[in-house]
Amino acid sequence: MMTLTRDVAALDRIAARLRWHVVQMVGVGQKGHLGGSCSAADVVAALYFAKMRHDPANPDWPDRDRFLLSKGHSALIQYAALAESGYFPLEAVTTVKAFGSILQGHPDRLSTPGIEANTGSLGQGISIACGMAAGLRIDGRASRVYCILGDGEMAEGQVWEAAHTAPIHGLDNLVAILDNNGLMATAPIAQRYDTGPYPEKWRAFGWHVCEINGHDIPAILDALDAAEQRRGMPTMIIAHTVKGSGISFAEHRPEFHNGSFTAAQFEGACRELAGPAAMPSESGTGGLA
Amino acid sequence: MSVQNPREVYGRTLVELGRENLRVVVLEADLGKSTMTCYFEDAFPDRFFEMGIGEANMASFAGGLSLTGKIPFVNSFAVFAAGRAYDQIRQGICIPRLNVKIVGSSAGLSDFGDGSSHQSVEDVAIMRAIPNMTVLVPADANETRAMTRAIAAYDGPVYMRLTRNDLPDVVPADAPFEMGRPRVLRDGGDVVVFAMGQMVSEALRAAGELDGRGISTRVVNVSSLKPVDEDALRAAAHGVRGIVTAEEHSLIGGLASVITFAFRGQGLPVRCVGIADVFGQSAHSYRELQEAYGLTAGHIVSAILEIAASQRRAGGQP
Repeated sequence: MMTLTRDVAALDRIAARLRWHVVQMVGVGQKGHLGGSCSAADVVAALYFAKMRHDPANPDWPDRDRFLLSKGHSALIQYAALAESGYFPLEAVTTVKAFGSILQGHPDRLSTPGIEANTGSLGQGISIACGMAAGLRIDGRASRVYCILGDGEMAEGQVWEAAHTAPIHGLDNLVAILDNNGLMATAPIAQRYDTGPYPEKWRAFGWHVCEINGHDIPAILDALDAAEQRRGMPTMIIAHTVKGSGISFAEHRPEFHNGSFTAAQFEGACRELAGPAAMPSESGTGGLA
Repeated sequence: MSVQNPREVYGRTLVELGRENLRVVVLEADLGKSTMTCYFEDAFPDRFFEMGIGEANMASFAGGLSLTGKIPFVNSFAVFAAGRAYDQIRQGICIPRLNVKIVGSSAGLSDFGDGSSHQSVEDVAIMRAIPNMTVLVPADANETRAMTRAIAAYDGPVYMRLTRNDLPDVVPADAPFEMGRPRVLRDGGDVVVFAMGQMVSEALRAAGELDGRGISTRVVNVSSLKPVDEDALRAAAHGVRGIVTAEEHSLIGGLASVITFAFRGQGLPVRCVGIADVFGQSAHSYRELQEAYGLTAGHIVSAILEIAASQRRAGGQP
């Protein structure tokens, strides 16, 4: 069983470590979905290390809480959390996207311990999460289902089919979290394809909606705790985040949606994150502490 | 020959399965009175999910249910089940090999009045092309029942195609369904007809007509389009001088593709009865469409006679 913590400083440190792993996975000269992985880092850290009941030694434990990344392209942050939790050895993260790796470009449940569903074709993860929540309820399990969506993903029609479904079927064991980082792959959403306003839309579909700073660990924990108390309706937590969060030169920059580092940028990112992550400060190429 | 309705039998069989196995759940997109999942809804309302007219969400939702150990049966018309939910079936169900059963009802031209928007001529082709998918088409209501029970017991994604209309019984009521296995329903030594779905009964009628003309016709029911035992297909053609395929589906990607691929390099003449690369249209009766699209026993007879003629020209018998 995973040991959880409510120590905010520890969770901030874990979130920084997850970002640090993401940077290692992207490396120099290879492309990786850096921006959306970093924007979701604090929510992912809170879920895996403070909130969810899960057991890395027994990924199929029937009473576990489930986590789905509907925005499957941000798999790097989930791989970091799974590795830090102990689902597979930390060394595996260096193989991401390599031929034959257990870590595919998008989440694949048959390849990776701890991955619940195949996501990546956007809009589908939230529907899968709804079905899981319904199945768990039939069985009378207390397990909860958490699902992170992207704001760019809000353009997918299927998201709104699922938005109908969850309240109609009364899925109060489902919590959706919108990683509202404000950037689609090519530009700021508000300038290019504005799918908001999100609170009004999700409320109108019948969800309990709250808005938080998605980088504020206490706020994230409060929202997750409050969702657990809500009966009869699903919860949508709109987490306002910064794309590329934690790496100063990547923040708010669309080019780091699926970007690559120069050697200098890589060193810079490692230096920035090493302190908060309590990692060796000299170089990101060092061993994983 | 007695006549039954396959979707009616499907609906009743779901209720049997629901009674026997608590893991069986049923999803519906507001067509329950056509797909006949209404029986399951009445019997087991807690395991029935009305998903509204949203096939994409329904397919993914079923994937989620299967991930909690349920055996979901997803229902819609074939054209929507295979078409509107294609990417959900591909990405969320077939790549991870989830235990979801997709049942495409009112398939082919069987929804004769509704026209091309509701008629599926390419659903088998779409579903066959997806890795990990099993594709099945029963020939009558008896086989529908056996097949429905078999797919509930099988762990993996399945697409099952059902017609809307009554069909004569051609498979014995107690015959077990074996995935992958073609079945000889009628023996004959000159020509073999490999048929799928409602064309099996047309093929049997054609074989009867040809008896009087001195041509002995074997009829094989190919209800498992994928997987398919190619050795068994070739064994079923042993000794004949030609092959006819018959399907209520596009000639692209369905039974004609299965058979011509299985017999590649064998040198046997093949004629294919099916829907040319065109869409359907409305008609006041199914029969009108069968005639117009070349899907009757008479069309099978013509194909067999063509093969016989080509054999005569080549100096063979008959």
